[in-house]
Amino acid sequence: MKRTLKNIFHTPRFVIGFIIIAAIILVSVIYPIVSPGNPMKNIGQGSFIAPGTYISSYDVATVPVYDSTGANTKIFELGEDAINNRLRVNMSVEDRETMIGWLTSLKESLGEGQLLAGENANATVTEEVTKVVDGVETTTQVEEEREVVLLENLTSSDADAEKLAELWIANYNDEVKVKGYSTNAQRRNIRQLNTRVSRMMSGGTITVSIGDLQPKELKNTDYIPLSKVANVINLPLGTDNFGRDVFRELIASTGTSLLIGLMAGVIATVIGLMIGLLAGYVGGILDDILMFIANLFTVIPSFILLILINYSLPASSRGAVLCAVVIGFTSWVWTARSVRSQVISLRNRDHVNLSKLSGHSLLRIVLTDILPYVASYVVMAFILQVSSGILAEAQLSMIGLGPEAGNTPTLGLMMNWATKFAAHTTGKWWAYFPAIAVIAFISFSLNLMNTGLDQVFNPTLRD
Amino acid sequence: MGKYMLEVNELTTKYITRQGEDVYSVDHVSLKIEEGKSLGIAGESGCGKSTLALSLMGYYFAPLHYTSGEIIIDGKDITGLDPDVVRKTVLGSEVAYIPQAAMNALNPTRKVIKFIEDVMKAHEIKMTKKEIREFAEQRFRQVNLPVDALDKHSVELSGGMRQRVVIAISTILNPKVLIADEPSSALDVTSQKVVIKMMKDMMEMGLVRSMIFITHELPLLYNVTDDIMVMYAGQIVERGSAKEMVFDPVHPYSRGLMKSILVPEDGTRDVKLTAIPGTPPNLKRPPAGCRFADRCRYATANCRYSGIPIEEFAPGRTYRCLMPVEQLKEVYASEDQQ
Amino acid sequence: MKTSNDRIIGQEIVDDRESVTFGANRDKDFSQEPMCLSGRGVTRVFRTGRITTVAVDHVDFDFHKGELISIVGESGSGKTTLSKMLLGLLEPTDGHIFFHDKLRDISSGHKRRQYWKGIQAIFQDPFSSYNQFHKIDSVLLDCINMRGGKSLPKDQKIEMMTEACSFVNLKFAELTNKYPFELSGGQMQRLMIARIFLLKPDILLADEPTSMIDACSRATILDMLLNLRNETGMTVIFITHDIGLAYYISDSVYIMEHGKFVESGPADKVILDPQAPYTKRLISDVPKIHEAWDLSTVG
Repeated sequence: MKRTLKNIFHTPRFVIGFIIIAAIILVSVIYPIVSPGNPMKNIGQGSFIAPGTYISSYDVATVPVYDSTGANTKIFELGEDAINNRLRVNMSVEDRETMIGWLTSLKESLGEGQLLAGENANATVTEEVTKVVDGVETTTQVEEEREVVLLENLTSSDADAEKLAELWIANYNDEVKVKGYSTNAQRRNIRQLNTRVSRMMSGGTITVSIGDLQPKELKNTDYIPLSKVANVINLPLGTDNFGRDVFRELIASTGTSLLIGLMAGVIATVIGLMIGLLAGYVGGILDDILMFIANLFTVIPSFILLILINYSLPASSRGAVLCAVVIGFTSWVWTARSVRSQVISLRNRDHVNLSKLSGHSLLRIVLTDILPYVASYVVMAFILQVSSGILAEAQLSMIGLGPEAGNTPTLGLMMNWATKFAAHTTGKWWAYFPAIAVIAFISFSLNLMNTGLDQVFNPTLRD
Repeated sequence: MGKYMLEVNELTTKYITRQGEDVYSVDHVSLKIEEGKSLGIAGESGCGKSTLALSLMGYYFAPLHYTSGEIIIDGKDITGLDPDVVRKTVLGSEVAYIPQAAMNALNPTRKVIKFIEDVMKAHEIKMTKKEIREFAEQRFRQVNLPVDALDKHSVELSGGMRQRVVIAISTILNPKVLIADEPSSALDVTSQKVVIKMMKDMMEMGLVRSMIFITHELPLLYNVTDDIMVMYAGQIVERGSAKEMVFDPVHPYSRGLMKSILVPEDGTRDVKLTAIPGTPPNLKRPPAGCRFADRCRYATANCRYSGIPIEEFAPGRTYRCLMPVEQLKEVYASEDQQ
Repeated sequence: MKTSNDRIIGQEIVDDRESVTFGANRDKDFSQEPMCLSGRGVTRVFRTGRITTVAVDHVDFDFHKGELISIVGESGSGKTTLSKMLLGLLEPTDGHIFFHDKLRDISSGHKRRQYWKGIQAIFQDPFSSYNQFHKIDSVLLDCINMRGGKSLPKDQKIEMMTEACSFVNLKFAELTNKYPFELSGGQMQRLMIARIFLLKPDILLADEPTSMIDACSRATILDMLLNLRNETGMTVIFITHDIGLAYYISDSVYIMEHGKFVESGPADKVILDPQAPYTKRLISDVPKIHEAWDLSTVG
């Protein structure tokens, strides 16, 4: 026994599978303890909020950015790409395309070559370069010709954003009527865009004053620490269609799904094992009856049976437990059949005959001379039953016949809602992909464990 | 004296276990077989006789590995050849191998003639289907097999017939050496006799030019082969003609084996059946001296000191023991008198 | 670890290495001894679907006390089915089996247990005769319990087990707390004989006990079986396909073909002067060493 366990834990496949499933189970047990909270709570308003960290803009505005020492504001050098960053975040690609479109139309209405150059473009810039030669400072002036920015060369890429913005500021004029942008709504949009762009490019200072304190000029190099923002919401996987935190829901769902799989596996294995042992060892008419029932279950696809049973149960009574019981009761057939066939071959083995000759009772023979020999197989079948139980729950929930929606989060239900709200067609990957990944990981790891066990118990399958 | 069909010099092969340990199951084995002769190999299970049979093909697959020595078939050294070359030019045409379960090797969905076509194809022999059929029919008639078996599936044939068909297929290219590893052990005695008759006929007709026959049934070996070689723990311990080996064995182990023969004939009930106690040594760590010393009643301290060389004490007779032949024979004679 | 133990146990027997001894029972006339097990018209038919197979077809037999009987047959002759019926593991479809001149009654669990006190078996494959999850001790303890020694003090049980093991040249102290798979095939089979030694049944059914064992260890097992018979007057039913072995060891031989006994009688008579065509063919087809093996009879 000890040696078998040692062998099992020396099989790489089993160990990898075991580590993955153990990690999944640990996270689903520990996370709710460490960070309690209702996974079904709607924390966001509106559906499918993208993954990220959200801070309350009101809190940011009321953070004491200024005090007597000025210590709350941290002054940092602006990075080289500070403006680029700002442009990238605040000026979307659509904005940039609108700008290019407007400028092109402007150019056409003005005629060739009439577009004004940007601030820095096409100008001669004079820079002072100071050199120290033999202790004497000499300053030389270097003249540098800046390249001309041509509208034709600009794209909506990040690299051109700054040039595009400069060109825009140089040329925008609310008075000019541009072809294609004549309706009031279009003009209003362009005006708002201009406000945003010019505020971004102004680079100037904003004066804030709160209460009695002296007004302070906020420069673009002033930063405040995130810890000073009172309300931060971290959504590593965003929210679903109801505005629930997908990450928290995912962990709770994993727990429920594992529980359903485990219960279904236990039920299926216990039923299958009992029927298999009885049918195989006792044989005769009992075998015929039991195998007739098993054949009925084989002929009717268990998934259809599952659907029918679940359909006939009212949604309100379908909890996770009931669901697991139903799955367990429809999936014992293969365990029963294979245990039976193994028992039949064991029944005629000499050690069983010898046990009979030693006067042992039927129960004792089944429990001590038959069961240990099929145990390794049953363990492997159990692992596969757990895996298929989880998949069955997911399938049932996908078609809306799983546990009652609204109370229990399950992986299948998460996918069901995501599909109903068209997450997959609108690219809201965070609503469905994590659930798929977890299901895949669970069944991958369980199957890996199973092949690992197979290698130990059936060494002929190795290589 | 005919030329040697098979010459094996100091062949050593090993198994590498899953734990990476080396098990030398064939340890410096040398043997020669003349044309038209057959050699029987006897020994307990695990003595390396089946491994030797596998090793003689020159085609090794894990966990069996070639270590050293040479195999010369009709003057051609086949050691060190590329496995693909061995498969195409040696197996089947030079050496044919028949394992115990050979009769279960036929794919039950194909007819017998298909396997013969496969053999021709694998050896790149250009023959039309019609020519192959004619050739096969002729061969089947030659070895007294019903020709209509060619168009049957293996499941339609009885066990003995299936085994004979397999032997006919594997010797269709007239191999120089036929290695048969317990070819009749799974059969009842009547079918066994038929199979043996066919193999002996093939030897006589020259379809097979020499044969190695492996079995644990000594009476069978005695009736089938010209010479008998006894193996123990991967080594040859004695070789001689079948008659000498059965009635006048020299090595204590051979003697023990021969003393265990029981046949249904007059006098058997008076045989003094003795046992060789103990079990063969573990070949992962073979003993330094004589490998049989632990089970030998005549063993002395000298026996365990270092390896015992194999020695020729009479023409065609070799043995591996420190005791002189005369002394052994004296001991045996006094034992038999008791 | 396994091999070192083999060595120790192996060397243990070097000292009392013996050839097979038959004792006073060799060539004795058993026909006057009381009847131990007999059968009339014993038949077993197997039905799978519409196909019926008659495995054992109306066989009659008389086994006397202390006799060593061989039932010889090739695979498929029905000898294993017959042995299962003799052991009461399989019900005959037809016919009667008499145990000590009384009709055998194994209709209830209790009666079966009583019957099995009188008849025990050694099977062909020692590797599958043991429950690999149980230690060797439990096999022997079962026997003591079955003989009504359940309440004996532990010391006495150990003494009995030690005695049984030494009967088969094994050391109980080395075997205790070991699992069967740590022994070699020969040792396992010897332990099976130790089990019979503890149970001391009236009849021992040995189903090819040496066929999985190397020829040179065969004598040890056979000698132990004969010792058992000599000491306890046990009837031994030896089932084998090896006609040479059957001839060598047994007092009476039953030749079985297609579920029927085609010939039976004292070993010398059956083997040296066979009457039934099947027996004649069987004996002529077995390779021999003094007589010529006539290959020309093959068609």
